[in-house]
Formats: sequence, structure tokens, C-alpha cells
Amino acid sequence: MEAFTRLDSVAVPLPRPNIDTDQIIPGRFLSRPREVDHSAFLFHDARRLPGTEEPNPDFPLNQEAYRPARIIVAGRNFACGSSRESAVWALFDAGFRCAIAPSFGDIFRNNGMKNGLLPVVLPAEAVAALIAQIEAAPGARVTVDLVALTVTFPDGTVHGFEVDPFARHCLLEGLDEIGLTLSLEDQIAAFERRFGRENSR
Amino acid sequence: MSAQKPRTLFDKIWDAHVVETLPDGTALLYIDLHLTHEVTTPQAFDGLRAAGRKVRRPDATLAVIDHNIATDASRYTGIVDPESRLQVETLEKNVAEFGVPFIPLLDDRQGIVHVIGPELGRSLPGMTIVCGDSHTSTHGAMGALAFGIGTSEVEHVLATQTLLQKPAKNMQVLVEGNLALGCSGKDITLAIIGKIGTAGGTGHVIEYAGDTIRALDMAGRMTVSNMAIEGGARAGLIAPDQTTFDYIARTPQGPKGEALARAIEWWKTLPTDAGAHFDKVVKLAAHEIAPQVTWGTSPEDVLPVNGVVPDPEAQEDEARRAQFRRKVEYMGLQPGQKLQDLPVDVVFIGSCTNSRIEDIRMAASIARGRKVADNVRAMVVPGSGLVKKQAEAEGLDRILQEAGFEWREAGCSMCLGMNPDKLKPGQRSASTSNRNFEGRQGPGGRTHLVSPATAAASAIAGHLADVRDYQPKEAV
Repeated sequence: MEAFTRLDSVAVPLPRPNIDTDQIIPGRFLSRPREVDHSAFLFHDARRLPGTEEPNPDFPLNQEAYRPARIIVAGRNFACGSSRESAVWALFDAGFRCAIAPSFGDIFRNNGMKNGLLPVVLPAEAVAALIAQIEAAPGARVTVDLVALTVTFPDGTVHGFEVDPFARHCLLEGLDEIGLTLSLEDQIAAFERRFGRENSR
Repeated sequence: MSAQKPRTLFDKIWDAHVVETLPDGTALLYIDLHLTHEVTTPQAFDGLRAAGRKVRRPDATLAVIDHNIATDASRYTGIVDPESRLQVETLEKNVAEFGVPFIPLLDDRQGIVHVIGPELGRSLPGMTIVCGDSHTSTHGAMGALAFGIGTSEVEHVLATQTLLQKPAKNMQVLVEGNLALGCSGKDITLAIIGKIGTAGGTGHVIEYAGDTIRALDMAGRMTVSNMAIEGGARAGLIAPDQTTFDYIARTPQGPKGEALARAIEWWKTLPTDAGAHFDKVVKLAAHEIAPQVTWGTSPEDVLPVNGVVPDPEAQEDEARRAQFRRKVEYMGLQPGQKLQDLPVDVVFIGSCTNSRIEDIRMAASIARGRKVADNVRAMVVPGSGLVKKQAEAEGLDRILQEAGFEWREAGCSMCLGMNPDKLKPGQRSASTSNRNFEGRQGPGGRTHLVSPATAAASAIAGHLADVRDYQPKEAV
């Protein structure tokens, strides 16, 4: 996994709540192998005018000022719904390394942490303020620091956030969790012997 | 023992499966059953191969094909779409290489992963069950802790039979009283989502309790728990009871005889203790639940079938007004329009939410002696080959086909727009599936989520219909 420590980048606003993973990558692209660049599938339908291949000029990801964005700032319950990890792959392949929202779909949040895409939860008022700032000055930069656990807004205000310490450690170091778990082989094997006896299965 | 703090069903299953607790409270949780399918596993097997790792417990793993296959007769002559074919062939190659038990496409037991787990007797009370699919919450109806995971986690479970997890919070949804005429598990679960919202259960496991839930059969319970994820919760749970035990006793692969008796003794210790703490409690009165229909593009946009399309301009703030305008526009609706006046182009009865024999019996009871309206394409897609066989043994396929419904092969079908069963742009469906997101059933498709009974009544009416006007006719 690619490690994440600190990111200073343009941020793109997607202020709607409940953006589901079917919007992030529609179901018909789920048969593609991981080797395929998934960036072309990111918000595939939302980026186009209905029923056409024409880009929708109103969709922020299509706007020039936001093109370098590596941070996405969204409304509450971002990436809810389907467990498809390809939602993270599509964001990652398009250059995104961080998403900021008042809340996330639980499965997406885990998937992000395991793929070098940091989900940052900030209070709804702080996210609304951040969206207002980046909409007022498209192309404004935001800094996310996983060491200090802070987000610095374009206006210079600093906002703390929380991440589970173990998941943070893995992401800071870019660690392979499976390797870590396999180092607990003795405990897993002991559990298997004990559990069978206790629960008479 | 007497000094022990009262625990919830979730607490008990969780505690029993913790292998190790890390300093920050993250647990290494043992997984009893890992269900897999063709869509979310290819990269996981690739990862194992690249690292030279094996599947630790093939005997606790089961693979099946369900998401991207056609549900017409074309499956017997080979998958047409090259990408779907590659994904299916990849799974076949991976299960052979890693020794994972596999149900082939043309096997009677093939079906939607969340239908076959309980049906075969593999999903049992007290288990931890995972699958790379968010509707794994379905198996919580068995009294198992079951949740969806991503592909990285699939690889982790294949390699280690464990997952790194933080404990969830406990939420209880209490439904009490008699269910009204025409209502079923689907109406209950939609009404709950309408009440708590699609993020109401985020970070929680929802235990569904109360006499209304206890009175449901297993299919109804699975429908309720299936949509826990639409309420934001990764897992739903329903305490195992005699209904559960009787269901398991009839399954082909569940424990039998002495083993079943021993298991039941343990399962009876699982229900939530009196006085156990829930972080959140929500109550619903069953008699207040009418047949439910979604009108918008989120499962929380739900109303009684006799409701009207909300007016975006009447919403309390500009953000909400903008959201509602977008929903109403996408769905092709007029504020104030009666939901029952909306003509439907497609009726889909199927998906992991509503494709079990009980769902098909319900649809057939309404279809019997009636005809699907001329403007409607109506399809019934059984959840598994075994459900299909059972329905055919009961003659339900004939009743449905005589009424004008298509009778199809088992699979996920029109739930998710990744196989040939899709809505065309602008088409409106009454669907027994679980998500009405924009484009979910095909780009530009407009989905109204309903129960199997409401779906069948809508197929006959040609528009969204109140099932209470379409009660079963006596058999002739």
C-alpha cells in the first residue's frame, strides 16, 4: 500500500449528501480487472450530460480549476451503499488520496484506509465552511497531515481529526496488514483449537 | 457468571470471536464462514498468488457465481459478454488453484450468495460471516454477525481467516404489534429506513427485535436484515429462536440429530440479556406501517403507497430544496402527483432482498387469475436453483407465466445493472431490490422499491398499485 503522511493539494467540492458508490463507479464497470486504469469510470454517468458522452460542465470534476485536485470534499454519508472497492480504485487512479466529509459509508472508510486513500471525518459545520472556501476560490489548497492529525483550510484555520491508531500506523507506514496478522499465527491456531471445544460445533 | 454485565446478541458473538485485541481496541476477529463470488475476488486471489500465500480454511469458504450472469437460457450456451465471461472463468480458475469449494453455474444449488448461504444450512446462529458484498447483512437474520467487506479484506480473510475490526455500537430497532393487511418484511424494513435515514445506523450493528419481527418467517427476517446496510449499518441481527431452529433443521447441509441438539443449546444462550445496553433505540408500531414505495433516489425517500410526490420548494432549507429538485427531476415526477398514478414499464421481482420461495408464493397469489398490463414487462427471478425448483414443484411458475410474467434463471439480475438485465434510460420500474440510486438498474433508469406483493399488483395495474386493492383470488 502507498503510505500517506501529508498532502497539500487543490480540493474539489461535491457538496451533496449520500453520494453512493454506484455514483462513484456504476455497476457495469465492476467486471474490469484491477490492472485497468479505473480513472475513466470515476463518476462516469454523473460527469456526462444525461444520455450523452458530452461532459456536464456543472460537475465540479469537469472544471479546469479542480483538475489537479487530490482531495475530495463531500456531503454527509459519502460513499454509502455497495462494498465495491473499485470505488476507491477509481478515486485513487484519478489521483485522489484523501476524502473529507461529515460521515462516510462504513465499508468505504475501511476500503480507503487499506488502499492509501485517507477518509477524514470533520464536523458538518467545518465541512460546510471548507466547501464554501473552495467554492469561493476554486483551486484553493488544503493540507491534510496524518502525523499531526490536522486539516488546514485555505483560510489558514486548522481543524483536528481522529483516526483509529492502528489503522493510522498502517497507513503512515504503508504496511501490509496481512503480513502483520500472519505474525499472530500462534494465537489464531490456539483460538481455533479452543473455539471448537467451547462452542461444541 | 452472575457478576457478568448483561450483553447484547452482538456483544456475545463478538466476544466469542476475538482472537487478540490490539492496544487501540482493534480486534482480530475470527471468521467462521467466508462467502465469495466472481466480482469482488479476482484481485484478492491475485494478491495471495503474488505473495505466495494459501487460503487458510478452504472448508470455511464457499464460492458461487451470481452477479454478472444472464438470467435467460443463454447461460446454457456460454456467457456472451466477454468481460463477464472472463470474470467467471477467473473465479473458476482461482477456486481450482486454491481448493475452494465452488457451486458451478449449472448446478441446482447455484444462486444469489445471500440466498444460498442460509438455504443450504451454511449460515448458522452465532457465526461470524463475511462476503465481499454489502448485503451480507442478510445472514444476520439467522442470528449470525454478518457484514460486507471490500476486496482487500477478502484477501485478508482468505489468507488468515480473520479480520481486523473495531467493535461496532449497538442499536436496537423494536417493532411491535400486528402487521397491517398487504404488508411484509419489505414494508417494515423500508419504513425503518424512512425513519432512521440512510446514515441512521452508521457505525452500529442493528438488532431487530419486538413481537412483529419474531412473528416473521425466516424469509421475512432476511428481507429486514438485508437492508440494514441501507440504514447505514454494516450488519443487522435477529435473535435465533424456534423459527430459526426449525428452518435450519430442514436445510440440506445444516447440523442434524445430536449435533443440531447440541448447537441449539448454545444458540439459545445467544439472545440479548435483559438490561443489556443499546447506544440507540428506535421504536416502530407495526399497525402504522402501510405498503411502502420509494419515490426518490435514496432508500430513505420512502412513503406509504397512497402518498404523493413531495414538493421540493416546501423543504426547510436551500440545500434540501436543491437535493429534492434533483431527485424529482431525475425520477421524472411532478410535486403533488399521486404515487399510484405513476405508470411502470418494468416490474422486477427478485434480488437478495426478495427472491425466496415465500416471496414468489406471495407474488403468485396476487398474479393468479389476473393478467400483467400491456405496458409492463414483468420478470420473476428466483434467488437460487433450489428456489426455482421448489416454485416449479408448486406450480407457481405456471401461474406467473399464465399471468404474463417472465420466469427466469437464478441470479442478481436487474438489481444492479451489471448483467444483461437492465432498465433502459427513462424506464420506470417497480422493483423488489434494495437500491433506488441513480442509474442503479441501468443508466437513466428510475427505480421504485417495493415489496413482492406491491410489485405483483403494480404489474397487473400497469402503475404503482396499492396491494390492498389486489387481494388473492380463490384458487379455481
